[in-house]
Amino acid sequence: MSTTFLNRFGSRADYIGIAVLMTLIVVVLPLTVDIFRLNLIGKYLTYAFVAIGLVLCWGYGGILSLGQGVFFGLGGYCMAMFLKLEASTPEATKIQSTPGIPDFMDWNQLTELPWFWEPFHSFGFTLIAIILIPTLFAFVIGLAMFKRRVGGVYFAIITQAIAAIMTILIIGQQGYTGGVNGITDLRTLLGWDIRTDEAKYVLYFVNAALLLLVIQLSLFVRHSKLGRIMVAMRDKEDRIRFSGYSVANFKIFIFCFAAAVSAIGGAMFTLQVGFMSPSFVGIVPSIEMVIFAAVGGRLSILGAVYGALLVNFAKTSFSEAFPELWLFAMGALFIGVVLAFPNGLAGLYATHVVPFIRSFSARRGGLFDRSVTFGGRVEEGGAK
Amino acid sequence: MTAAKKEFVLAVEGLTVSFDGFKAVDDLSLYVDENEIRVIIGPNGAGKTTVLDLICGRTRASAGSIRFRGKELTKLKENQIVHAGVGRKFQNPSIYEELSVFENLEISYPRGRSVFGALMFQRDREVIERVEEIAEMIFLADHLHTSADLLSHGQKQWLEIGMLLIQDPELLMLDEPVAGMSVSERKQTAELLNKIIQNRSVIVIEHDMKFVEDIAHRVTVMHQGRILSEGSMEHVQSDPKVVEVYLGH
Repeated sequence: MSTTFLNRFGSRADYIGIAVLMTLIVVVLPLTVDIFRLNLIGKYLTYAFVAIGLVLCWGYGGILSLGQGVFFGLGGYCMAMFLKLEASTPEATKIQSTPGIPDFMDWNQLTELPWFWEPFHSFGFTLIAIILIPTLFAFVIGLAMFKRRVGGVYFAIITQAIAAIMTILIIGQQGYTGGVNGITDLRTLLGWDIRTDEAKYVLYFVNAALLLLVIQLSLFVRHSKLGRIMVAMRDKEDRIRFSGYSVANFKIFIFCFAAAVSAIGGAMFTLQVGFMSPSFVGIVPSIEMVIFAAVGGRLSILGAVYGALLVNFAKTSFSEAFPELWLFAMGALFIGVVLAFPNGLAGLYATHVVPFIRSFSARRGGLFDRSVTFGGRVEEGGAK
Repeated sequence: MTAAKKEFVLAVEGLTVSFDGFKAVDDLSLYVDENEIRVIIGPNGAGKTTVLDLICGRTRASAGSIRFRGKELTKLKENQIVHAGVGRKFQNPSIYEELSVFENLEISYPRGRSVFGALMFQRDREVIERVEEIAEMIFLADHLHTSADLLSHGQKQWLEIGMLLIQDPELLMLDEPVAGMSVSERKQTAELLNKIIQNRSVIVIEHDMKFVEDIAHRVTVMHQGRILSEGSMEHVQSDPKVVEVYLGH
């Protein structure tokens, strides 16, 4: 019974994978890099949330969204609005013509806080809003698109358009959103200074804990019957209707799930980086997020984390050395992944490393003998 | 005699569908009784498969009604029609190639069909036993954990029949269930179908006249979207119109 229960949250190989990843994130990296680099890694890991969402929604659900930055951004902006209000006390802003409102509003001749900012005085509301607003937005998009059976490339283009619209809206409504600069100069969370090294450590570990939670949740979804329905749906969308399932409802669910997960990443981004701006919302960041998932392996939840880490690490080191070449390198990377290893790092792992470990462990009584969930083939024993 | 008053399992009336002006099905009426096995035959392009598509919601009717146990199907979505109790086997084996035989059957098991139902679905004893029972019936008991894409053509057909069977539909629609099968597979399939068509109404499209003779209660002959003849096998076989357009060739 207990094994059946555990199987619902992941196979044995998944647990080993999680253990390795978590050791890396929680033990190895904090012990080996300084806080500046660790904070950067924390930032990369916030993108891992989006990449995990994409694995489920694109890899499993077959829904390619080129607008995940929107949800990342919505989560991030919700958190930034709360932090900004906390930083904009009347004392701290007494030199403004209207003290007590965020500085950018004052610069834009606003004289009172817009109504939709008001609830963000409450931390409880903010936490709920971080999840709920992006999810509701995804729900509305999903309802409008999937019920009408819009899919594939058309859906991808529409999500891209939404990302573009969102950026334009944020930049255009400068007085309400901080415009192109975003919401900056965030200082404290419930009175706790988030800019100190100590706070950065704490936030890094909170982020790691949330990531673990999201990985577990995603594995639960992936290993549920819903996960198998997604695989069946990607393969034969028309057929699954005749097995009695509403394709639209399942797509809406997985799209909302991906949105919610991305939003958590966005909120953690704001906390760790200390600002939020439209440059994390638009088309280019959204496509980059797809590349993280593709490089990691679009069928591997853990692969997505490695993908986000590695691509961002490469981006940082590459653009420090050759700032103008990064975009070309990124494009080449994406083409390389699609052409040479379509299942990403996880695919390479499954085809090259696993057989090696298997032949090794076969001699020693088999550690990996039951299941492998990387790559295109999904092997699972019956739960007997 | 009392046909007007009798409750049919399926009552199709005035069904019409036109694709860009071409009437694939033209003012067709068809009544299927409780536990009746109806075979639809006819030359290629007669509209047989389209009729099944219309009943199961894959194609929307331009006019007419389809009532299943008094329930109007033309307004329902595909999955709601399945929930109502209509099952459909497609012409080409249509299974989930990336899943195992077990998973294919499990997905077809009629429980946990909503999003949250599927998320919380438990692979309990009841499900496992039912899947094993069906697998036994469709000659795939030894292949439960085989990936479906590795099955032979005949086995895929059986798997799809099994997927329908586990849905336990009141009305079963089979589109050329023995097409493309070897002689021995064909024989096994005929036995299988004879077993599963008990206690439910069945509509079969088939070209194999031997097979049709074996199972049909009544035969409907279609031609150019219309019904050419209907009745017992003997009746349609001796109908000169049928001989001319179909059997004579």
